[in-house]
Amino acid sequence: MAERGAGRLLIAVVAAIALAPLALGSFAVGLLDDIGIGALVALGLVLLTGVGGATSFGQAAFVGIAAYASAWLTTAHGASPWLGLPFALLLTGLAAWLIGALTLRLGGHFLPLSTIAWGLSIPLLFGNIDALGRHTGISNIPPLQFGPWSLITPRAIYTLIWLVVGLSCWFSHNLLHSRAGRAIRALRGGATLLGSVGADAYRVRLTLFVTAALFAGLAGWLYAHANRFVSPSPFDLRASIEYLLMAVAGGLGQLSGALVGAALVMAVKNALQDLLPLLSSRGSQLDSVVFAALFLLLLQYARGGLMGFLRRKIRSRAGRPALTAGPAVAPLPRRSLPPPGTPLLQVAGAVKRFGGLVAVAEVSFAVSAGEIVGLIGPNGAGKSTMFNLLTGTLPMDAGSVRFLGQDISAAAQRKIARLGMARTFQHVKLRPDMSLLDNVALGAHSRTRGGLLAAGLRLDRAEEAQIFAAAWAQLERIGLAERAHEPAGSLPLGTQRLLEIARALAADPVLLVLDEPAAGLRRREKQALLELLRRLRAEGMTILIVEHDMAFVMGLVDRLVVMNFGAKLVEGRPAEVRADPRVQSAYLGVGA
Amino acid sequence: MTWEVALILSADGLANGAVYLLAGLGLVLVFSVTRVVFVPFGDVIAFSALTLAAFEAGRTPPTIGLVLTLALLALAAELWRLARRREFARMPRALLLWGLLPALPCVFAWAVAGRTLPAVVTIVASIALVVPIAPLIARVALQPIADASVLVLLIASLALHFLLSGLGLLFFGPEGFRTEPLVGGALTLPGGFPVSAQTLLMIAAAIVLSGLFYLLFERTLHGKALRATAINRVGARLVGIRPARTAALAYGGASLLAGLIGVLVAPVTTMYYDSGFIIGLKAFVAAIIGGLSSYPLTAAGALAVGLVESFASFWSGALKDVIVFGMLIPVLLLRSLLVARVEDEEEEIDG
Amino acid sequence: MSTALLEIGGLHVSYGRVEAVHGVSVALLPRQIVSVIGPNGAGKTTLLAAAMGLLPSLGTLRFEGEDLHGLDVEARVERGLCLVPERRELFGELSVQDNLQLGAYAGRLRRDALRRRLDSVYQRFPRLAERRAQRASTLSGGERQMLTLGRALMSAPRLLMLDEPSLGLAPLIVSEILAIVRGLRDDGVAILLVEQNARIALESSDYGYVLETGEIALAGESAALAGDPRVRATYLGGGTDDE
Repeated sequence: MAERGAGRLLIAVVAAIALAPLALGSFAVGLLDDIGIGALVALGLVLLTGVGGATSFGQAAFVGIAAYASAWLTTAHGASPWLGLPFALLLTGLAAWLIGALTLRLGGHFLPLSTIAWGLSIPLLFGNIDALGRHTGISNIPPLQFGPWSLITPRAIYTLIWLVVGLSCWFSHNLLHSRAGRAIRALRGGATLLGSVGADAYRVRLTLFVTAALFAGLAGWLYAHANRFVSPSPFDLRASIEYLLMAVAGGLGQLSGALVGAALVMAVKNALQDLLPLLSSRGSQLDSVVFAALFLLLLQYARGGLMGFLRRKIRSRAGRPALTAGPAVAPLPRRSLPPPGTPLLQVAGAVKRFGGLVAVAEVSFAVSAGEIVGLIGPNGAGKSTMFNLLTGTLPMDAGSVRFLGQDISAAAQRKIARLGMARTFQHVKLRPDMSLLDNVALGAHSRTRGGLLAAGLRLDRAEEAQIFAAAWAQLERIGLAERAHEPAGSLPLGTQRLLEIARALAADPVLLVLDEPAAGLRRREKQALLELLRRLRAEGMTILIVEHDMAFVMGLVDRLVVMNFGAKLVEGRPAEVRADPRVQSAYLGVGA
Repeated sequence: MTWEVALILSADGLANGAVYLLAGLGLVLVFSVTRVVFVPFGDVIAFSALTLAAFEAGRTPPTIGLVLTLALLALAAELWRLARRREFARMPRALLLWGLLPALPCVFAWAVAGRTLPAVVTIVASIALVVPIAPLIARVALQPIADASVLVLLIASLALHFLLSGLGLLFFGPEGFRTEPLVGGALTLPGGFPVSAQTLLMIAAAIVLSGLFYLLFERTLHGKALRATAINRVGARLVGIRPARTAALAYGGASLLAGLIGVLVAPVTTMYYDSGFIIGLKAFVAAIIGGLSSYPLTAAGALAVGLVESFASFWSGALKDVIVFGMLIPVLLLRSLLVARVEDEEEEIDG
Repeated sequence: MSTALLEIGGLHVSYGRVEAVHGVSVALLPRQIVSVIGPNGAGKTTLLAAAMGLLPSLGTLRFEGEDLHGLDVEARVERGLCLVPERRELFGELSVQDNLQLGAYAGRLRRDALRRRLDSVYQRFPRLAERRAQRASTLSGGERQMLTLGRALMSAPRLLMLDEPSLGLAPLIVSEILAIVRGLRDDGVAILLVEQNARIALESSDYGYVLETGEIALAGESAALAGDPRVRATYLGGGTDDE
């Protein structure tokens, strides 16, 4: 029902936008043109900030680069405005790639701060370059020609602007529901989460940043040929903040927020320009104060924006999508597992220090294909740290790790993941707002290739169906298929651990590395997990497991490695380990 | 470029650098304690300079109205919060803290205005008048969202800058002012090269103040509490350090620094209501060189920014700001190469 | 139970959207060591965080009869509650001495009183005295735990809540620390001890609770609890009954 309701609403909105110029005067149509252009920029910001968790205070500068690029090409060289488009996008994309490459590897605040400097510098440059007309700008930019039609009036270019807006929304929507989109949505979970599924957080973030800038570039190109005049001031820092305000006001959580926000901000701005001079003689100076104050109020009371607010109201009534496994598709290709007994993983002399604390001290052990090895030891013995070294999550201080015959001691986490090592985390790393199914589908990232462009244009649907079939199968395996569309954050902690196992299995791993999978599970759930892991072993999977529940571990593993104070204490079969006096004293602590 | 010119530019650069050093200290102070990149810092600098200019012109500084407006807003926010929690007993204290305390420098400034008094009194009055500004705006706009992400805080901080500069225009008007030099004359260095006393004063002030800063953080329990909050927020709360209180302290300290900077730059630059922003931004460049955490690196960065700016202005006055911001590129490049993979390297000792 | 120092009744605590503690009741008398044992993920740390005010909770939460819900973490510290967290939460870039001095921050001590308290902590932990000028981040695991405990003692707490004090420590150091904890009880401090190592916890406490998936599964005198077959099977020695 909800699906159909949303569909009807969409049709109504599209129809209203399409028919608006017939009913409105040219001032209103011009305003709608501005809203459309603003919405394009805001759309990029929703993707970048709302979904990806990074932001830019320099979007107006990207708009400016594109606008100036096309303006320069068409006025100085007489090129067609249609040629201006690829040129503008190329320059904007390059600029974004450069600034992104410089800052995105660094922590959170470097990007926004650099974009402030960027947002200030670019308009300054425009204002000081002779070829770009200095502070007077470039005028007499040719309008867009469409066959015999010249899109010279606001009414004439209206259709083009809103067609572009519509296509961009469609593209973004497709993107978010794709392999690339899942990686983008997982960005906020941190680089470790993305690395564990074989994705490169830096590259994902960079692509996202460039995409957002390209939306701004598209807007800049439209701006130049709609207004037929460019000067530095509409691209300054204040304008960038206004775009951000649009995205926040509309709601960073959903794409529609960009449209609603742009309309809201433009309408309020217009109303203020009419109203404020009536209130005070200095009224025109007041509007930035009022704007800033509104923005601050918004951040305090409605960080979700207008659409976020509406969505909360609506969601409570909305139904869930149907629970089906989807159409039957050819399964994703699977890895061939090494024959049981072949050496799979060799750790030699691994060392990890945190300041003065030696968390892992010269630990060596090996795992062969097809066995389940338990890594046990008292709390704080260094087990999780050992896991982080194996999976490349933390760099080692000394020692080496070989996996499938390759030296992975210094390999990046994502490379190790792509080789076939999938892990779960002691402190669960799921995206609480993404559905169970999406979380598991994220695990299949490294098995598929679908890119951003293909996703936006819906050319990836066959692969998507395969991914979802694989994810669905893993969800069924852990018995959570009937909750596939619920947000992962609604599960109890113990069940979230199971979901992480499903995500790891979706990667089709050779070696499964599980960090305390049974913690927080009830007795019956533990039994089910035990059976699942045994079944996996029977299928040829190799498993390395840290677990505190001794009954669970003893009943499962083929071999045990015991750690204590960062060092390996004993290694052997469960019965031998249990009988070892050193283990007893380590576990039983004082007085044993 | 002759040696002569280079020396003059260097002296200018050092004076600029001194300003960015002090501003950088203020920015790092606020960021490390509150995770807020405090963009309005520059506006407080401008307000302090404009206040001094108003005193010199024999007018009552419009800053009084500005501070009282902000105090009223903060008081309203505080009383509203207490009323909602039904903590009426705490209201008198809030009245004192947010209503009366910020009004004190206003009364002082009002008494000073229009009289012929030694310059030192008006300088003190100017600085004292802007000290409440940062804590007040932080109380109104930032404290309610103290738990938000760095990103949201940064957006709020930037919006706050636009609010303040809008208010600045409203209260101070669009005219620019330059004040009398704090000290006159010049000193001739060996070799016959003159340096103005104002330049020397700025450099000396930077050295003395950063020394005081060091002592405050290294030698006093409250200074250590500030650092502790920055290092480990949960740990700080567990020993009874209130982050909101340390934050107010940090904002107050930053405001004080901004006030001092404003008084120092007022005689050498024509200040408008929005001139502070660009000063603050260049201090950010210095702070980024210092990774937003290291005071010594920030100091080195500030001097570099000052010198680059000075030499760039000789080359192209219009593009000097672009050149200074361009300094960020090699710095960020170096940092991103060094940083490679520390992102998740916080201690993950298993438990 | 009006004489209880700390009274937790029917407490519910949520972590984000997930409720981790479901209606737990624990009581602590003055000069008593009470232990809470249970497996990882049972909600032990969550329980302490709620008692300290780091997480919001629903239910009864009283210290000396005063409702704690209205007090923030810092106010609870001023009342004499003190948490030694599992993650230590030290100030890594500050010196050992600075860490200790900050421990007394809430007490607003005069210089000589601070000095005396510092000396008494150094007396208890001579190792810390040797390393007073060193950064906290350069300490070894055992020294870190001593420093957290020392920092806690600087606040002269009335109720000390310890989260997994044995974490990552050699048995010798653990017994040293537990001896200090028992000494504190004799000085009039009540102690709430959360431990995964059931044997250690039950040996040094007067009363014990077993927490499982957010609920109290068992409770009783520590000695009795240590003898309970269910506890023996699950927590004492990895399910072995042939030791």
